[in-house]
Amino acid sequence: MTFRKYLVLAGITLFSTTGDSLLARGMKELGNVSLHNLSGLLLSILNPWITAGIILLLAFFACYMSALSWADLTYVLPATSLGYVLVALVAHFGFHEEISATRWLGIALITAGVGSVAAGPSVTAGHQSGRDTSLNVSRNAISQEVKS
Amino acid sequence: MKELNAWAAIALITLASTTGDVLLSYSMKRVGDVGELWRRRGPWAVIGRVPGTPTFALGLMAMGVAFYSLLFGLSWGNLSLVVPASASLTFVANAVAARIFLHEKVGRRRWIAALLVAAGVVLMAV
Repeated sequence: MTFRKYLVLAGITLFSTTGDSLLARGMKELGNVSLHNLSGLLLSILNPWITAGIILLLAFFACYMSALSWADLTYVLPATSLGYVLVALVAHFGFHEEISATRWLGIALITAGVGSVAAGPSVTAGHQSGRDTSLNVSRNAISQEVKS
Repeated sequence: MKELNAWAAIALITLASTTGDVLLSYSMKRVGDVGELWRRRGPWAVIGRVPGTPTFALGLMAMGVAFYSLLFGLSWGNLSLVVPASASLTFVANAVAARIFLHEKVGRRRWIAALLVAAGVVLMAV
């Protein structure tokens, strides 16, 4: 695990949380959107909160796919849950909202779970062969390009 | 009846998003380290390579099914039931599926993590 890879994991947490919050904020501004009002759903993209939310969720997806290309699913997935913790901490320290004892316990459990995974290896055996063949494929592609 | 529908939606969300995560993870492992590919062949190689993996499209479709099941689930059940229940079940289901289909070594450390995170997500929503 390099510093760059930790940055990608941080991107997963940050982008999914802020993206979801922006979408929620935009949808509240629009009010009820039903299936009978499809044009409303299409126009919702013009709302700046929703546009920003979609861009951030695309960034989240890019980070998520990048992380899955070099780490196990069971390694990456707990990182996505850190967003819940982040939102609660921002609400508490940024906006002085009260956090109940059960929520503090939830924060502790999620943090312990993520810490438990992060302390272990990011990739377990099984993918290594797949990764090697893909590198071989790209190497073959390069040599073919050179020939042609 | 409404409650039964909500739990059916929760089961569907869990199943679809686990299928999606496993398929996407499988596709990205086939592509290999994206950062390395980017450095060696440039961004266009990454953009050209990823959607060309057939399981990637299937994974995206499964994610779409999960998203629409969530919309339907929200119309039948409470936000405070459907979202945390499906999210926490997905963490556990993913640990099982990653072990079976992706042959990841889900040791004691990762099992404990999946259960802790699943329980934590439920507590945060209570």
